[in-house]
Amino acid sequence: MNPLVFRLTLPILFGYLPLGMAFGVLFSTQLDYAWWAAPLMGVVIYAGAGQILAVSLLAASAGMLEVFIAMFVLNARHLFYGLSLLGQFRGAGWRKLYLIFGLTDETYSLLTSRARSQDRLHELDVDFRITAFNQVYWVIGCTLGALLGRNVAFDSTGIEFALVALFIVLTIEQLKALGDAFPVWTGAAAAGLAMIALPPAHQLIGAIAIVTAVLLLQYRSLRANPAKESRSHV
Amino acid sequence: MSDTAYLTAFIAVAAVATFATRIIPFLFFERHTEHPLIKHLGRYLPAAVMALLATVFLQRSADWSAALPGFDAILAGLLVVIIHLWRRNALLSIAAGTAAYMLIRQTGVLESGLVG
Repeated sequence: MNPLVFRLTLPILFGYLPLGMAFGVLFSTQLDYAWWAAPLMGVVIYAGAGQILAVSLLAASAGMLEVFIAMFVLNARHLFYGLSLLGQFRGAGWRKLYLIFGLTDETYSLLTSRARSQDRLHELDVDFRITAFNQVYWVIGCTLGALLGRNVAFDSTGIEFALVALFIVLTIEQLKALGDAFPVWTGAAAAGLAMIALPPAHQLIGAIAIVTAVLLLQYRSLRANPAKESRSHV
Repeated sequence: MSDTAYLTAFIAVAAVATFATRIIPFLFFERHTEHPLIKHLGRYLPAAVMALLATVFLQRSADWSAALPGFDAILAGLLVVIIHLWRRNALLSIAAGTAAYMLIRQTGVLESGLVG
């Protein structure tokens, strides 16, 4: 089972190591705090963009209210991820809090895209391992970056594209599993709209809000006209 | 407040704020797991979110000031799509696309038109 989990999470390893290192390097070169605070943040906060924002908040000695609001707003897209995992995480017992804690973009992508068997407890166990493996990669990245600081020698420029490639692959897999291209086009169009209309910091949450609104409208029209539903789902 | 106290408080507040965004749906919608609207979102939201993440991060990894604006990311992204439709092996598609992107970026092959 662990070889399977490692295989599934390998693209995340390629993405999280360099991104975690980028955060660690940023942390140790921009701030005067002890290096171990960087991996500690990877352990207890565990948010990519959030931690990079945290470096600039720390550098500015931001107030606690400001920190809370900035982190909450930046991570607000996660509010929507939970909605589609309510059923899946049911009955996860002691694992549930950690599954929820570890719900990053990448973990969410893997957990909602992979093939699942009838054995729910076993699948929840695999979900748990995927979440834990991903966080370990992230914390290792944060640690390496903080320790190496400015002395990073290996030219890994561009390796973080692994995460973009992962999102593309998962989009194709979702498309094949659903047999319905509507949500995919909605997502792409919402992203386009958000990138034109919003500054980078608000693009993800903006696009997710648009997508959710469209899905709500679609739900309403399907309820009003159930005949359409049987046709569109194939 | 001393430096250590500030850092400790900072990390605690940032951790709580981040965790809040992840747990709120489970606190407020747990009883409605079987509601048709929640099922509808559970079915279609992941595909839509995946497509928007792919779009946004593809755009962000592109160099729009190169001689061929955006081609570094677009070519690598296309390669991922083609290889994935051909072999349907996730790791192969991701490795090929990432290697292509790294090569383009590190050699600067698409920017050379503007140099000098």
